[in-house]
Amino acid sequence: MELTRRDFLKISGATVAGIALSGAGFGIGDSTTAYAAELRTKNATVTTTICAYCSVSCSILVFASEGKIINMEGDPDAPINRGALCSKGASYFQTVSSESRLTKPLYRAPYASEFKEVTWEWALEKIAENIKKSRDASFMEKNAKGELVNRTNGIASCGSAAMDNEECYIYQKFLRSLGLVYIEHQARI
Amino acid sequence: MTNHWIDFQNSDVILAMGSNPAENHPISFKWITKAIEKGGILINVDPRFTRTSSKAHIYARLRSGTDIPFLGGMIKYILDNDLIYKDYVVNYTNASLLINKDFKFNDGLFSGYNPETRKYDKATWAYQYDEAGIPIKDPTLQNPNCVYQLLKKHYSRYDLDLVTRVTGTPKEDLLKVYKAYASTGVPGKSATILYAMGFTQHTVGTQNIRAMSMIQLLLGNIGIAGGGVNALRGEANVQGSTDFGLLFHILPGYLKQPVASAPTLADYNKKFTPATKDPKSLNWWSNTPKYIVSLLKAFYGDNATKENDFGYSWMPKLDDGQNASWLMIFDEMSKGKFSGFFAWGQNPACSGANSNKTRRALTTLDWMVNVNLFDNETGSFWKGPGMDPAKIKTEVFMLPCASSVEKEGSLANSGRWVQWRYKAVNPPGEALPDGDIISELCLKVKKLYETEGGKFPEPITKLWWNYFDEKGHFSVREIAKEINGKWMLDGKAADGTEFKKGKQVLNFTKLMDDGSTCCGSWVYSGSVSDTEFLTMRRDNVDKSGIGLFSNWSWSWPINRRIIYNRASVDPNGVPTNPNRVVIKWDAENKKWLNDVADNAAPPLTDEKGGKLPFIMNAEGYGRLFGGGSLNDGPFPEHYEPLECPVEKNLFSSQRINPTIKMFSEVGESSEGKDVYMTCNPKYPFICATYRVSEHWQTGVMTRWNKQLIELQPQNICELSPELAALKGIKSGDKVVIKSPRGQIDTIAIVTSRLKPFIIDGKTVHQVGTTWHFGWLTPSDGGDSSNLLTPTVGDANTMIPESKAFMVNIERKG
Repeated sequence: MELTRRDFLKISGATVAGIALSGAGFGIGDSTTAYAAELRTKNATVTTTICAYCSVSCSILVFASEGKIINMEGDPDAPINRGALCSKGASYFQTVSSESRLTKPLYRAPYASEFKEVTWEWALEKIAENIKKSRDASFMEKNAKGELVNRTNGIASCGSAAMDNEECYIYQKFLRSLGLVYIEHQARI
Repeated sequence: MTNHWIDFQNSDVILAMGSNPAENHPISFKWITKAIEKGGILINVDPRFTRTSSKAHIYARLRSGTDIPFLGGMIKYILDNDLIYKDYVVNYTNASLLINKDFKFNDGLFSGYNPETRKYDKATWAYQYDEAGIPIKDPTLQNPNCVYQLLKKHYSRYDLDLVTRVTGTPKEDLLKVYKAYASTGVPGKSATILYAMGFTQHTVGTQNIRAMSMIQLLLGNIGIAGGGVNALRGEANVQGSTDFGLLFHILPGYLKQPVASAPTLADYNKKFTPATKDPKSLNWWSNTPKYIVSLLKAFYGDNATKENDFGYSWMPKLDDGQNASWLMIFDEMSKGKFSGFFAWGQNPACSGANSNKTRRALTTLDWMVNVNLFDNETGSFWKGPGMDPAKIKTEVFMLPCASSVEKEGSLANSGRWVQWRYKAVNPPGEALPDGDIISELCLKVKKLYETEGGKFPEPITKLWWNYFDEKGHFSVREIAKEINGKWMLDGKAADGTEFKKGKQVLNFTKLMDDGSTCCGSWVYSGSVSDTEFLTMRRDNVDKSGIGLFSNWSWSWPINRRIIYNRASVDPNGVPTNPNRVVIKWDAENKKWLNDVADNAAPPLTDEKGGKLPFIMNAEGYGRLFGGGSLNDGPFPEHYEPLECPVEKNLFSSQRINPTIKMFSEVGESSEGKDVYMTCNPKYPFICATYRVSEHWQTGVMTRWNKQLIELQPQNICELSPELAALKGIKSGDKVVIKSPRGQIDTIAIVTSRLKPFIIDGKTVHQVGTTWHFGWLTPSDGGDSSNLLTPTVGDANTMIPESKAFMVNIERKG
């Protein structure tokens, strides 16, 4: 049958959360609806996202059911990619659902030969203490010329072009409030 | 980009140089194909015949590191054959402006060079001004001191014979490229440059881009549909992360990082706010005081007051001239300077030049916070090859973060389109979004300083951190609102309109320098109103006629899609190409139609309010002569890479860029020492690192993906059949690539996509490899090719020279 991908999405009965799937109206026959009813995306929620790889920023439709992603495909309504994805975007599903994903905070103690699992609370408390210790030990009010600099010389940061705008903004805000100047990321290399 | 991805379809000529869009931005090729369908042509210049080359109408090879001779030759061709777009050049560029009489260039050096400091005193690289303080011009372009004549003189040396000797590009190919590209120097024709790391990863990287920008100005290709200077950026949100100042030298919105010689806000404004006396120049950076004060209010909220300089002294300052960029971080780290380090969503152990140096530097740390989706060579550096964990003190926190589908937020693509993405599912296990982790950490550190005190706690305790919704949950939408900007009190904008406290600022034209407004990044102001997140818009109907899609998402600044678009009309406001109208002056209603005009002021010829197009330059003109903006000269000049196959630079006595920082001494080391060897038979082949479609960056997000690793399972060494014959190598053989700094195992691909170059009569071979692999996984994939690259960077940006260094290759076993 002659159906575009947009048509499939529309007739599969997928519920829409947060977006409206655009598309021209058209007549749907009973046989089409029956076929579509068996699609596994039938009761899925659909959200839109942008691919996490290069900077073309192709739009991707993400189908989720019972808290799990069951399908990802190019968004046919997006002007830049019009539903297409490259090999990376097309397999992004495999990347995010990989069993190798980190799922627990890990800690490697000084001189240890292994990571061990720790709680978020423990990890963040320890990191905060480390930050304060390093900052207080390396804070410079005035430089060698006697100029006021108020900076922390002993901590540096690299990252990240993979974070969202809002995260990048608050990350640099946090780092600068700590007095860091050694702040860099992927754009530099 | 000055333009955007879909705009490529509007080009008559597309030059992909220093880039490989078919391979690395595959979906963008849709728009290149569209241009070709409409009669446009694709030109590709690359040392290697790539997938992009296979679609090009004209392909030309050049030796890695010789882009400036290539482009300098094009500038000479354009000037010799009088192919400039005259009206555009005279009206919109600084071609007619006169330069200081003491400006000189001789044998590779501009006036003002100090060989001890390896820096220039740029005083002579300046315009001549009349008594009113306005640059003196010669619109006839004849005065020997005008920029046009100086440009002609400088590039008269880039003749075809010399260019071909240095680049290895056959003369007929040079002419083919030059002729086709220069044909667009007329109204109604547009050419665009698509570039990426092939331009930037050189010690002359910034000047490579400058050379191409100058060509675009000469041909009238900036500000028009199908034109522009278009960087094909590499990461999903590297544009956004740059916009938000995650670099040592800039604050969000490209405001300058404060320095020690500017201890007060007034000093900062004086030092960094450009001025002009020319009423025709908009000089948009004259608004700096409004943007820095609004940023400080975003940092410190009500704690930032006029009395305390809006918290300016709480911001850390660099020493004047201090460089804290990437190469410096690992250099300082290797000397034990840092006790703590954040490797947040990045993998320096594989992405940093001279990876042996980077990896060893990490062992000096007391602690490292490593946030990522997967285990990686940086967080696990202590168990990497050559490491003895029992001797390494660094405590490492490897924190699991959410992927992009497990949280919501916005990101900016290469074309400055800021698009929103939504949360589909929760992150796996205990993984958290980066934003939540940052916020929790910040609150914990704040609490420590509030309860325990400590060194200078104010910047932390007074920090404004209000990113919670009505339910008290961390909310990225609250951050987005602050980024846009809000009114801090009931206020009045400069134009008299009144506003209420807590309301969103309309856009950056409303920002104030008196503390009434806060704004996280002025270039993003206008993206979130009181009723709408414009970045969430999904109207995919284009009404512009040129594919602007102005109602799909939101672009910065203020949804302008093609920047410098005032240059797309003549001084009267009439589009120079009636078939591809970007903006058009509606004289009756006194406004611009179609794209958001770069700026609302009337056309240039308007007596009262006409403005020049290059509004981000103080003088208002596009810079053919770069003035003092760059460290290594107002005109691009050829210098050889630090490691090159020739003894001499044929253009001058300066073999390498005379202003680059020298980290290295001559020698070999596999222990991280900064060494180099040039024109040495031990390392006779040029090497460049690049990418394949199926992998991405250091491979942390692709090497764990079974589908992708099946497609590209191991690192490769691409070499020509001629070199393969010399070395007894066949496709599929294991090959070791060695540089003075390290070595990697690869699998050989013998291909005629690479051909030996003839450089000044001698045969020079070039090989290539990817940088996608690391020792962690897969076990036989090979380690990072950054084990080979040298610690040396561009004279302005310090981006490492990964595209031209010297290696040897041997068949293994």
